[in-house]
Amino acid sequence: MNAATVPMPASKPGRRTFGFWVIRGTISQRRYWILAAAGLLLPLLGWAALSASGIVNPVFLPGPLSVLARIGTWYSNDDLLGDIGISTMRVVSGWALSALVALPLGLFIGTYRSVQALLEPLTDFIRYMPAVAFIPLVMLWIGIDEGAKIGIIFIGTFFQMVLMVAEDVRRVPMAQIEAAQTMGATRMEIIEKVIIPSAKPALVDTLRITMGWAWTYLVVAELVAANSGLGYAIIKAQRFLQTDKIFCGIILIGLIGLAMDQCFRLMHRKAFPWLYARS
Amino acid sequence: MSIAVQCKGVWKTFGSGATAVTALKDIDLAVADGEFVTLVGASGCGKSTLLRTIAGIETHNAGDILVGGTPIKGPGVDRAMVFQNYSLYPWLSVKDNIKFTRQLAAHTRDRTSADVEVASGRADTLLSVMGLTAVAEAYPNQLSGGMQQRVAIARALMSRPRILLMDEPFGALDAQTREVMHDLILHVSQLEHCTVIFVTHDVEEAIYLGQRVVLMAPRPGRVDTVYAVPLTQERSQSMKHQGAFLELKVTILDRIRSTSGMKTDLDLLQRLSRTAART
Repeated sequence: MNAATVPMPASKPGRRTFGFWVIRGTISQRRYWILAAAGLLLPLLGWAALSASGIVNPVFLPGPLSVLARIGTWYSNDDLLGDIGISTMRVVSGWALSALVALPLGLFIGTYRSVQALLEPLTDFIRYMPAVAFIPLVMLWIGIDEGAKIGIIFIGTFFQMVLMVAEDVRRVPMAQIEAAQTMGATRMEIIEKVIIPSAKPALVDTLRITMGWAWTYLVVAELVAANSGLGYAIIKAQRFLQTDKIFCGIILIGLIGLAMDQCFRLMHRKAFPWLYARS
Repeated sequence: MSIAVQCKGVWKTFGSGATAVTALKDIDLAVADGEFVTLVGASGCGKSTLLRTIAGIETHNAGDILVGGTPIKGPGVDRAMVFQNYSLYPWLSVKDNIKFTRQLAAHTRDRTSADVEVASGRADTLLSVMGLTAVAEAYPNQLSGGMQQRVAIARALMSRPRILLMDEPFGALDAQTREVMHDLILHVSQLEHCTVIFVTHDVEEAIYLGQRVVLMAPRPGRVDTVYAVPLTQERSQSMKHQGAFLELKVTILDRIRSTSGMKTDLDLLQRLSRTAART
């Protein structure tokens, strides 16, 4: 019988690769977005219902509408945009400064075993120290200006970042490096033309993840003699029991973080088309 | 005929002190200019280590490796290597992978604009010889395993190396693709007039490709027997069924079995099952 004339057996009904509870299964694009929207909206609705029911005192849990209204008054009466601007500046400066040092240092640690032996145990040791505990020292050393706030964010981000960069560099496949060696590449050429381009996508991911960590240190950083910024606003609102403003601050930090994260992901797709290319 | 590669009493040990392992013991091997030599042997016999030592990416502890009469000091542009996998640069297109050597100082020291044109023509020639013209702009991860190895071979040949070192280059390919690659590499090595040293664990592959088959034995890694392949230089798939081919295959397989130490394992198993039966 010709192969083409053999009727295709009907697929068995029991075996599905498509559905809610299939391990590592696939779901349609539409279902993905519906579920993602539900995941965001359900907690919001739950929150609204809980605060509308009157079970919880609004001092402890303000409703979503009063939080939204607070954003409005924060914008019109206080300097919301200024607070967002100064906080973003502090986070991005601390993070960028950290990246400026961590990227070359991590590259060396990940490339040379000798540098790794010299620096990695020390970094591992400092990494466990709480950044908050450095506040008095930072005030002593740097003062109470912008530098101190940026310094705290730097301390919180840097030591993690170095280790992650070193790990990204170590993950470059040995075969890629050896292939360059057999083609007669020098040490600098291997670093420049193989290790860096090979590690780059992982490095961008590391920068994205550490940006998130830098934001988590914002409130701590703005404990230091600040009089502006989202973190400072949260601390001040705590003093006056303005729970709705605390909610505002937290949600705004979350939203800014989410936006930055999405920018990084978009950049990843644009900068590394070969990772997303499929035949 | 002059000698392309000569190993004179080459020793190599991994580790030191009580845990030192002799990977290569007093290797003497001469490969003639234009010859196709295959290295086979049980796992742990040091065939890959020997190849990597000739490539210069492993160092030997004693003895000399002469290439064109001069002792090697590390990797060189006269020896190109093809790895089993993961050696291509995924961020470069197929064509840019092949042209990778052109960016390296070792290949461009005395480059003129005429050379650049020649090199560009060379890349196009290799693309068409290896059947890659249609995928020149694709990224490696868009290609099948067989096509990726074609790119790796083309990249190795780009700088016209006198010696091509291949470390189980077809080990991860399916049997049909491998047959195609066998005829391709035989054809290309004759076209390019290069000496090939080819490591494999597949005895049939070793006989089909090699003019001589070097059998290595493990613990410590050493050259056991060198077999001349009794076939004409022009090979075809039908030769695999000829008496001389099959006879050599049986001889080599028997010899590998007796050098690999697998027999003692079988004895141990029989003894164990006897004790198990008694209790």
